[in-house]
Amino acid sequence: MRKHPESERETVSEQQQPAVQFGIFSVSDITQDPTTGDTPTEAERIRATLTIAKHAEEVGLDVFALGEHHNPPFWSSSPTTTLAYIAAQTERLILSTATTLITTNDPVKIAEDFAMLQHVSGGRTDLMLGRGNTGPVYPWFGKDIRQGLPLAIENYALLHKLWREDVVDWEGKFRTPLQGFTSTPRPLDDVPPFVWHGSIRTPEIAEQAAYYGDGFFANNIFWPQDHFARLIQLYRQRFAHYGHGTPEQAIVGIGGQVFMRANSQDAVREFRPYFDNAPVYGHGPSLEDFSEMTPLTVGSPQQVIDRYAGMRDAFGDFQRQLFLLDHAGLPLKTVLEQLDILGGEVVPVLRKELAKNRPAEVPDAPTHESLVRAKYGDDEARQPRPGANRGDNLVGDRPYEDTPAPQGAAFGVKR
Amino acid sequence: MSGRRIAVVSAGLSNPSSTRMLADRLASATVARLAERGIEVEVDTFELRDHAHDITNNLLTGFAPPALESMVNAVVSADALIVVTPIFSTSYSGLFKSFIDILDPDSLSGKPVLIGANAGTARHSLAIDYAIRPLFAYLHAQPVSTGVFAASADWGGTGDDVAPLASRIVKGATELADAVAARAAVVTSDPFDPDNYLGEGKSFGHLLGGLAGE
Repeated sequence: MRKHPESERETVSEQQQPAVQFGIFSVSDITQDPTTGDTPTEAERIRATLTIAKHAEEVGLDVFALGEHHNPPFWSSSPTTTLAYIAAQTERLILSTATTLITTNDPVKIAEDFAMLQHVSGGRTDLMLGRGNTGPVYPWFGKDIRQGLPLAIENYALLHKLWREDVVDWEGKFRTPLQGFTSTPRPLDDVPPFVWHGSIRTPEIAEQAAYYGDGFFANNIFWPQDHFARLIQLYRQRFAHYGHGTPEQAIVGIGGQVFMRANSQDAVREFRPYFDNAPVYGHGPSLEDFSEMTPLTVGSPQQVIDRYAGMRDAFGDFQRQLFLLDHAGLPLKTVLEQLDILGGEVVPVLRKELAKNRPAEVPDAPTHESLVRAKYGDDEARQPRPGANRGDNLVGDRPYEDTPAPQGAAFGVKR
Repeated sequence: MSGRRIAVVSAGLSNPSSTRMLADRLASATVARLAERGIEVEVDTFELRDHAHDITNNLLTGFAPPALESMVNAVVSADALIVVTPIFSTSYSGLFKSFIDILDPDSLSGKPVLIGANAGTARHSLAIDYAIRPLFAYLHAQPVSTGVFAASADWGGTGDDVAPLASRIVKGATELADAVAARAAVVTSDPFDPDNYLGEGKSFGHLLGGLAGE
């Protein structure tokens, strides 16, 4: 295994990487607690989320993913700032997003922000791209929601290029052209962060993930499981169609939503007021109906284990499972208790269950280390060093002094 | 030709419902007209009242619970549609509009529709043409030119002596039957088939290429 230059990270990279990563994702809503009438301040909720993320690592989870929003009652407008702080406070946790808006963010800024996060976190960074379905957000960033899908396609094409080519010339429909532009810093070890594409309903996004050989994440929360099973099946077929491997080798992540107490009746009684008043689905279907129609599971740890161990029957063997635990006004104390149950009682059993009969050809969850290994094998990773006092990229042959990276097998691209 | 299917949607709220009575009359008249042409047709009749809670839940959550989903699939995949709504406050009922609102906006495109409506008085009869027909025009459905309106007086036999309800039903049903007979049977297309979302024989590169101006 490749050694990171800083010795303190060696122990981390030498740990066994899980075949399936378990974690939590937060939408960053600031919601009134319906049982007390208390609404946390932004400062309280932001600090609570930092505590939650750190506790996720303490209880043995692998991933913390954070949403992006630009309107109250949400706070997470600048995910990489938050994730960088969490990275500094943790050692193992992979920092991700759920989702990063590929439509309204400038792909240049996404390329820069996440390359930075990769560097400061020592490679513990990936991201999930989504379109965002909050209509008013688009015009705030000079975009039109009717162009959501073309924006997602063009912006990602540029982002993909910015992370793989030192000097980019670009003309598209949605942003000013780039001439001789270099996105800095270059990705850590010249290996872009792994990208998941999230979608609730759009087959073109499954197609996009498959085309690039990226991961596909099914939110799996707000819609019935059958629907996501169709999207994932499509993604797997198209992943194979574009020559990235067999359908079973496609990289799949799924969401989930649980609330647990030792006694399942206690779980239902405690969670019901939060469910009934939750953003998105509150004041709609009953807790019982929603639990039947979607993967929401409110009950004992064993009920959660039984339901989520069965997810691969619908979706095939997957690489990542994220749970929504901290929304709808649940107080910090409760969320930390939920993490204790999830990390202490549920995930260890799920890891064992999912390892049973997992075919050898199904890849483990991608990490920076695995991507470096895929690109360089036992060779040294490329370490770009800018030419002295260049100031621009428009003269000379290239902006970095380094020997060209060896021909890489990753993504089938020959340099 | 055989194997055609008509979906009937009735937005009446009471039971028995004169909205449903009109819907049934329109359906049986259409089946009879198609039978004269040797076209067999199945009829699926749905009362929106049975799905009212699910329709509200769909508005709130964005997805249809299983019973509503199968009903919606039956409606959007039918060869023709008969819709009947009571006139409330000079327009279609709120439940009827909520049902339309949960459909994919493209899902009724090109579909022949026979519009029916009922109310207490014939003074509401133009609601079909100023309120309901524009809704289906917006959806690019193809409502037949006759809409059938039934006032309370029509059921009581004191309605229109010159063009009584029965003859208006036959006129609308004949137009709908003509529209069905003139079309090939509907073939449902899978939204998750790449040929459908990309275009036949195309791949993701075409989407990228189109944007790059190639």
